[in-house]
Amino acid sequence: MNPLLYMAQRGTAALLALAVAVHLATMVHAVRGGLSATEILSRTAGNGWFLAFYCVFVCAAAIHAPIGLRSVIREWTGWRSRSLDMAMLAFATAILVLGLRAALAVYQPGGLVP
Amino acid sequence: MTSTSQNGRPAAAPAEETLRVRVWRGQADGAFEDFAVPRRASQTVLDVVTEIQRAQDPTLSYRFACRVGMCGSCAMVVNGRPRWTCRTRVSEAVDGDILVLEPLRNLPIVKDLTVDMVPFFEKWRDAHGAFEPGEAPPSDFAPVRPDSPKRKAADAGVECINCGVCYSACDVVAWNKDYLGPAALNRAWTLVNDERDRGNAARLAAVSGDVGCHSCHSHMSCTEFCPKDLAPTYAIAGLKRATAPSPIGRLLALLVKS
Repeated sequence: MNPLLYMAQRGTAALLALAVAVHLATMVHAVRGGLSATEILSRTAGNGWFLAFYCVFVCAAAIHAPIGLRSVIREWTGWRSRSLDMAMLAFATAILVLGLRAALAVYQPGGLVP
Repeated sequence: MTSTSQNGRPAAAPAEETLRVRVWRGQADGAFEDFAVPRRASQTVLDVVTEIQRAQDPTLSYRFACRVGMCGSCAMVVNGRPRWTCRTRVSEAVDGDILVLEPLRNLPIVKDLTVDMVPFFEKWRDAHGAFEPGEAPPSDFAPVRPDSPKRKAADAGVECINCGVCYSACDVVAWNKDYLGPAALNRAWTLVNDERDRGNAARLAAVSGDVGCHSCHSHMSCTEFCPKDLAPTYAIAGLKRATAPSPIGRLLALLVKS
């Protein structure tokens, strides 16, 4: 693995460890507290901290997952050409777009999709 | 298994105690051949191979030299685990009465239990595993304190005997034939910590990337199986730390430029 990719993957792993823990704890807390989807959305809507947290979460995932997947594919299959890097870039873009779209949708319900 | 004869030498165990030995014959497309060898007190795996070769089949090929765990020549896969056979007693390797002997993995088989070690040593060379004194000889001795962290780090890995056990055990070598492997990276780490060495910039570049330390998955098979109880995994982790400033520096340079 390229040293820069290595550092990026390990750095985002540290971020994700924290982000996943906060995400799961918040989710469990909200569900066990009996909040409905509408009540959750009313709390997340317009909350800048919430948006910032999930933007960081999504960006970290978009960097971390494709680098790891690239390593697995390189080691377990014969696919090692530049096209693999392009495919992983596309995968990263997909995670980024879908993730940010979801975070924005919860921050601004009804604002994104007509 | 502790009986001795009157002259103090290990005596043969009772006749009914026979060891079944399955030995790999031929090259990569070979097959196992079965032998039977009497079990003896304190018998090593290398003793068993030698007994087969001298008493039953002189065409059996294997490699050994010192018999005392110094030369690193006699490593084989014994009942699924890579081991140095001269220092492995049959009693500790066998569960039951079957001994399965195969050549080391991840290296081309020359014949039977003998592998071609050339790729292994080529990777030592590629990892800059030789001491680099620099262009001009030093004007004085380099003071190296025995308790300095760098000396301790070098000491931790310097007793490698190049047996190839770690290389055989490494999954990453199996997946990526170009991966330098634990022994070469461990050697590079001892030199990175050598105060006198002047070749670290090239060495750290050589041990980075797809073929180097950043591809290690930290499965720790090398550390688990090393007969000298070395820990190449930690040497590789040290190389990852030693090479870290360079990508971070490049990233910062990229950000500053843009």
